[in-house]
Amino acid sequence: MVALLAVLSAFILYPVLRVLWISVTDDQSNLTLIHFGNFFRRPLFREALWNTLWSGCLVVIFSAMLALPLAYVLARYEFRGKLLLQTAATLPLVIPPFVGAVAMQLILGRSGMVNLLLMDWFDISIPFMEGLNGVVLVQTLHFFPFILLNTVVSLSNIDASLEEMAQNLGCHGFRLFRRVTLPLMLPGFIAGALLTFIRAIDDLGTPLMLNYKNLLAPQAYLRITTIGMDDVDGYVICVVLVGLSMVTLLLARKYLSLAEYATVQRAAPVSRQLQGKSLSLVWLIIAAILGISLLPHIGIVLLSFAKVWSFSLLPSAYTLGHYEEILFRVPHFVINTLLYTLLAAALDIVLGAAIAFLLLRTGLPGRNFLDAIATMPLAIPGVVLAVGYLRVFHGWDFPGLGAPLTSSWVILVVAYTMRRLPYTVRACYAALQQVHIALEESAQNLGANRLRTFVKITLPLISGGLVAGGLIAFVTSCVELASTIMLVPRIELGPISYGIYLYMQSPLGRGAGAALGVVAILLVSVGTYLTHRVFGGRAGNAFRV
Amino acid sequence: MNAAQVRLDNIGKRYGEQWVVRGVNLHIQAGDFFTFLGPSGCGKTTLLRMIAGFAIPDEGSIRLDDREISRMPPWQRDIGMVFQNYALWPHMTVFENVAFGLRERKIPRAGIQERVNQALERVDLTGHQSRRPSQLSGGQQQRVALARTLVIQPKVLLLDEPLSNLDAKLRVEMRLELLKLQRDLGLTTIYVTHDQEEALAMSTKIAVMHLGRVIQVDPPRAIYEQPIDMFVAAFVGQANVIEGRIRSRTDDALVVDIGAGNSVQLHGAGATFRTGDLVWLSLRPEAIDMAAPSSATHSNNILQGKITTAAYQGAFVEYEVAAAGRMLKARVANSKGKTLPQRGEEVTLSFAPDTIRCLARRSDAGHL
Repeated sequence: MVALLAVLSAFILYPVLRVLWISVTDDQSNLTLIHFGNFFRRPLFREALWNTLWSGCLVVIFSAMLALPLAYVLARYEFRGKLLLQTAATLPLVIPPFVGAVAMQLILGRSGMVNLLLMDWFDISIPFMEGLNGVVLVQTLHFFPFILLNTVVSLSNIDASLEEMAQNLGCHGFRLFRRVTLPLMLPGFIAGALLTFIRAIDDLGTPLMLNYKNLLAPQAYLRITTIGMDDVDGYVICVVLVGLSMVTLLLARKYLSLAEYATVQRAAPVSRQLQGKSLSLVWLIIAAILGISLLPHIGIVLLSFAKVWSFSLLPSAYTLGHYEEILFRVPHFVINTLLYTLLAAALDIVLGAAIAFLLLRTGLPGRNFLDAIATMPLAIPGVVLAVGYLRVFHGWDFPGLGAPLTSSWVILVVAYTMRRLPYTVRACYAALQQVHIALEESAQNLGANRLRTFVKITLPLISGGLVAGGLIAFVTSCVELASTIMLVPRIELGPISYGIYLYMQSPLGRGAGAALGVVAILLVSVGTYLTHRVFGGRAGNAFRV
Repeated sequence: MNAAQVRLDNIGKRYGEQWVVRGVNLHIQAGDFFTFLGPSGCGKTTLLRMIAGFAIPDEGSIRLDDREISRMPPWQRDIGMVFQNYALWPHMTVFENVAFGLRERKIPRAGIQERVNQALERVDLTGHQSRRPSQLSGGQQQRVALARTLVIQPKVLLLDEPLSNLDAKLRVEMRLELLKLQRDLGLTTIYVTHDQEEALAMSTKIAVMHLGRVIQVDPPRAIYEQPIDMFVAAFVGQANVIEGRIRSRTDDALVVDIGAGNSVQLHGAGATFRTGDLVWLSLRPEAIDMAAPSSATHSNNILQGKITTAAYQGAFVEYEVAAAGRMLKARVANSKGKTLPQRGEEVTLSFAPDTIRCLARRSDAGHL
């Protein structure tokens, strides 16, 4: 317990508090709000704040427009190809948004596929990807599954009798939806929307890739990396970001706890069979939505095989050279990724299981505090954590390492472990909750001590949850960019996401970057598939608040 | 009130190839308290849901008074239903829950207010209007659900195991309350339960169901005392089931061998059996009289036995007695100062010929 608290405090709480401390003190360590005053006086920052909020809202609105019809169809209708739709709907989650960003530029950018066609046919072009448009578009396509998954769960959790009762009393059709179904699914939807909002405002990779800098996350990044570690403005931005995320997360939690009230007693509600005309209509909508959301995947695959692709509809020549480059000439990106993420996943499993055990099976004082710290990373943007790490661990030799933590690749493993810890804790917690305490008690009653009970009874029963939690950590760490680009000590220590970012900086490297992107997508797909296998139908839970 | 009658003709429902209800013919008269009784999976809830309109029969017709309704959507039927889990909407207050059906019927605001308050008063919940369902106890939730359905003055009231989520004591209280409400309103009521005690206590008529078929439709007393087959005898109340073979028959009496040299005499039902037929005998535990050895209450149907267990229940004692090569259950009423036979004692069992039912032994187990 004490050890756990110490670890989490050192790597989560302290760095963040340090950032906060710097933002509210002056040179002589006196408390002051002057930095925040400066922040709000600078038009640049005001605009960045406004842009962040505005684009976050837009992402939520557009995501909802994509997700809601899909969610209703998925939760309420039975039809051929439903499984395909379910799978496809989670595909956007497997492509890191900053990878998608590049692909989207090739398809929808100024000289991308679509605009070339439009120029050809109508002599117009649409600025899909210019400035904030691009950021919103890419983020929408990447994040709408969060709303989708949450809404589907909350829709299918509505007990069938609640709607049947309304019908029994004379209510049907759209009125039924408005008076009963909608209010009951709303909490889940809002939770998903808030989660999407957090993701959108914390996202650093997309705006960097699209070279749109006037948002809070890239501003913080730029202040720290270009002006330096001592620039107070960077810390202030970080604190504003954390504040926004925290408020949003707390709101989401509140709504989700409200959502629990309508949980199922009789599952499998009104699944109506879709046939004929309505089936074709549904398929049309699905095809349209999925077609759009799969654009980045298609683009990135094309790009990874393209020898030359500029100012043309499709690549003009194809090659396998990019794969040769990333797999044989500079294989360290892939190798590093596997090393870091698997280590982080293993650490997460150990930490997650220990925390879940403390929370559920002991009455130790302070365990709620532990829980709170372990959940905090959900509201700490990667940039902020990285800034905190740089501030705390830079310039002194870490015990046992012989060098500052920030000059070793270990810092990346630590960052990944901490950032993904909330997911693993949740997975372990859920798994352990399923194990009735009587199962353990009867083992102890028959003579097994605490340790043997844990090893012989508890561990086998929660192993599924542990593996799933580890897989989630693995999958999400594979494509982590925000803290990666700030913490990578040397190029040859960088993981895939860093490699993609580097390659994508130059037009000549785009092919190799895309090839790395495809590898990342494959890694994430495999991980996601395994998570589904282990978690079963409840895989969506991992992406809830 | 506007009580209606319900008539089911040859109702059948299947899921895939599997028939879950088949060949059901029932006539539920205006004002009846009619119970579908059966074990889980017997099709009673499916039948109820077809009457409410949540399932459409694959064959047969459902008529409400003289109107065919089997394909009418649920919201047009005016048949009130109370769900097993109450189905109170968590996002609405008690008042809003009860007012829901009235609002759907476009009743003016003032009328809604008045009728909701009346309905809540009738179920003793005045003053709880602005609570949320989650703030109510199980019994209170149950009464809100009832008020919500009654307030629309349905033609028929459907109750799907409404008492099963309450604890034992509350269940008995609610049973009486429900019964009183139904009799006061004169409302045609269809009640689904697997609890035979509940069914016997409340119903004017019971339909016992098994494997999708209705086995017997009768008033409670006839169901208990004259079960038409072994399933009904064993499901409703307790019964000693004894295998036997007809030794001889006269016009109004049968003699049945029950093995180990014992035989039993009984009245009635003689016409349908022939000498040598294999039969089941059903004997209620309370029909058995217990006396000291070699003194018997009845002149025939006497068995010697030994008590193997005695379970004191307060108002009565339940015994298991080894007699005629089998275990028989007997129930002896308790009263003040009465000497109760103990475990291990030798006793004489006897019973009147008209308390025993003789039923054909079927070779097939199922009914579908």
